[in-house]
Amino acid sequence: MSDFTSDFWGYYVTVLTLVSIAACGVLLYVMGRMRVQRPAQKDSGQATDTTGHVWDEDLAEYNNPLPRWWMWLFYLTIVFSLVYLVLYPGLGKLPGVLGWTSSGAYASEVKEFDAKIQPLYAKYMAMDTKQVAADSQARAMGERLFLNHCAQCHGSDAGGAKGFPNLRDNDWLYGGEPGNIKESITNGRNGIMPPFGPVLGEQGVKNVAAYVRSLSGLPSDKLRAQLGKTLFDQTCAACHGLDAKGNQQIGAPNLTDAIWLYGGSEATIIETITRGRGTAGAVSRMPSHKADLDEGKIQLLTAYVWGLSNTKSVSQ
Amino acid sequence: MTTSVTDTFNYKVVRQFSIMTVVWGIVGMLVGVIIAAQLLWPDLTYGIPWLSYGRLRPLHTNAVIFAFGGSALFATSYYCVQRTCQVRLFCGPLASFTFWGWTAIIVLAAITLPLGYTSGKEYAELEWPIDLLIAVVWVAYAIVFFGTIFLRKTPHIYVANWFFGAFILTVAILHIVNSAEMPVTLWPMKSYSAYAGVQDAMVQWWYGHNAVGFFLTAGFLGIMYYFVPKQAGRPIYSYRLSVVHFWALIFTYMWAGPHHLHYTALPDWTQSLGMLFSLILLAPSWGGMINGIMTLSGAWYKLREDPILKFMIVSLSFYGMSTFEGPMMSIKTVNALSHYTDWTIGHVHSGALGWVAFISIGAMYYLIPRMFGKAEMWSIRLITAHFWIATIGVVLYISAMWIAGVMQGLMWRATNPDGTLTYAFVESVKATYPFYAIRLLGGMLFLIGMFIMAWNVIRTVAAGKAFEAPIPALAPA
Repeated sequence: MSDFTSDFWGYYVTVLTLVSIAACGVLLYVMGRMRVQRPAQKDSGQATDTTGHVWDEDLAEYNNPLPRWWMWLFYLTIVFSLVYLVLYPGLGKLPGVLGWTSSGAYASEVKEFDAKIQPLYAKYMAMDTKQVAADSQARAMGERLFLNHCAQCHGSDAGGAKGFPNLRDNDWLYGGEPGNIKESITNGRNGIMPPFGPVLGEQGVKNVAAYVRSLSGLPSDKLRAQLGKTLFDQTCAACHGLDAKGNQQIGAPNLTDAIWLYGGSEATIIETITRGRGTAGAVSRMPSHKADLDEGKIQLLTAYVWGLSNTKSVSQ
Repeated sequence: MTTSVTDTFNYKVVRQFSIMTVVWGIVGMLVGVIIAAQLLWPDLTYGIPWLSYGRLRPLHTNAVIFAFGGSALFATSYYCVQRTCQVRLFCGPLASFTFWGWTAIIVLAAITLPLGYTSGKEYAELEWPIDLLIAVVWVAYAIVFFGTIFLRKTPHIYVANWFFGAFILTVAILHIVNSAEMPVTLWPMKSYSAYAGVQDAMVQWWYGHNAVGFFLTAGFLGIMYYFVPKQAGRPIYSYRLSVVHFWALIFTYMWAGPHHLHYTALPDWTQSLGMLFSLILLAPSWGGMINGIMTLSGAWYKLREDPILKFMIVSLSFYGMSTFEGPMMSIKTVNALSHYTDWTIGHVHSGALGWVAFISIGAMYYLIPRMFGKAEMWSIRLITAHFWIATIGVVLYISAMWIAGVMQGLMWRATNPDGTLTYAFVESVKATYPFYAIRLLGGMLFLIGMFIMAWNVIRTVAAGKAFEAPIPALAPA
């Protein structure tokens, strides 16, 4: 009851609750004990079987006593409530004799379960990640974890989507060694391509786009590609390298492998160069999973993801 | 007995609300069918933002609860209160204002919700200018209703009016407290709730559950208490029972809201109280069901011929079923399985379709011919057809959602011995797919029933003439 700064409210809730439950019981008891009256009819003096009130010409009421079973049901719920309030929290600040809390129940369940599975995770933590990747049980566990924590963005088949890397193609933005993957999962990544529209101008952007497409062997305007190369070497090479093979230190993609994070059509590349990616409100981020995955789970996921594109070592 | 009163009842406003009950019923349920289909075929509306699930879903709930249910409540309460008080409805122009005001609110909802204006509070999504209009119309409703009670010629207040009165009074309080908000801009409409964090959640579900308790239960029990004895031609089973269950029901419902927030940031003691008062609520709820069903005791044979009574008795059975299911789902350990699953959707619809819609439909079949000077609807056989089609629809709907819900709950909690979850979330979605198809079929059957009703209503209205009934002399007490 941390919202209440005074003890008064705890007592207030307690008294109000008990009085309310008691009021239900008293209502039931009094009305159950009261004798059912059968008023005499005015003209004949004989007892009627209704209350004697009439509305809208023919609406009347019998006055049958309260059904017994129904009264017992009502009493039963009242008694149950009082017993529950003795055992469990409910009366203001009183904790209940069982000392149960929802957070305590959760913590103890987690603790019990963790103790049960701890040896299994300890085994995989002690192993090299590449060995873990070759273990079939670890792979099954990793797949389950992947489907619950990663598939929302990367897809159930890890094939990725626009803006979400494919994890099966052995093409890595930040490196594909187990250490790189573990770092990506643990601390996340924040990829930013700055907008170059203002710097290059409309024609400049088109020229660079033509050059970038030519690097992957896609059809493009030869003249534009030639002009674009000069611009590329001046502005883009700083991150993507003179050979355009990218830089895994900063997550700059390789532009020569015909693999595209946002798409390789001319229009998409022009959009990427003009407006950038992951800037000005557009998010291009792999979130950190430190908070929701412990080390054991990250180890299994790292092994699973590494195994997706290193199928030869895994199948041995 | 012989002195006839020249004055007549105000049937005009009842007539208006009755017709709109059928119209809004079709609109609300049609939107329901569309969003049920979207769950089956997500690209059904081609990604048009105004028709997206997130915008149509609040339109569906607002249309069926406040437009369909609300119009039914206005119509029946206005009819019942004048007839059982044997006096013309208080302040005709104000009653007329409630009709046009309420209709304007519904039209505004139908425009602003698809445009994306929402306060984000479930069943209270409408933005602040509309909230203000609701408050004004509701206060006018209260003045008309209680004014009529005040002017009554009968010595006692009939039980149906207790329930209508409790519903009107409480909904006013619920709406005003929960909609307390700080307006930011008039256009685009935007406001922020007066409450924050867990307090906001608690106020919201205090409102949300009592919207069920007072709008969808107390109000419709009012309908039940007038139309069931009328249609059955029998006295109410027990006055005593109605007294006990009325007071216990309206008192206990107020506490039940926290069961919507089990295992959340809401303190444990609050959750416990929500659960316990939901359990205590079982008997008071069943009191209404017993009183309704037992009223028919001694006249069961009428069920064979009278489809209107069929609607009413089946509605009471669904009422009993949902008010048993509700307390069970409020138990923390049961809720741990049922919460966030389609079981909740099934529970809501067994109440909304089985109870609320069935009793409203039954009452409308009683009311509409009388509004047009007819003894009964144009076709009784079409009422029977409506009854069976709608019943099959409800049963398909709720059993599909029960199975889907329990299955989802079990799939989400299943773990492997290695500590990983057995199923990814998407696997539970995939497993639910066939049940979404059955639910859509059930919903479509229910909607078809409403179209049959509309046709029957059109023929009845075409054959009749707007009728103003004279106020009969007071029956001897």
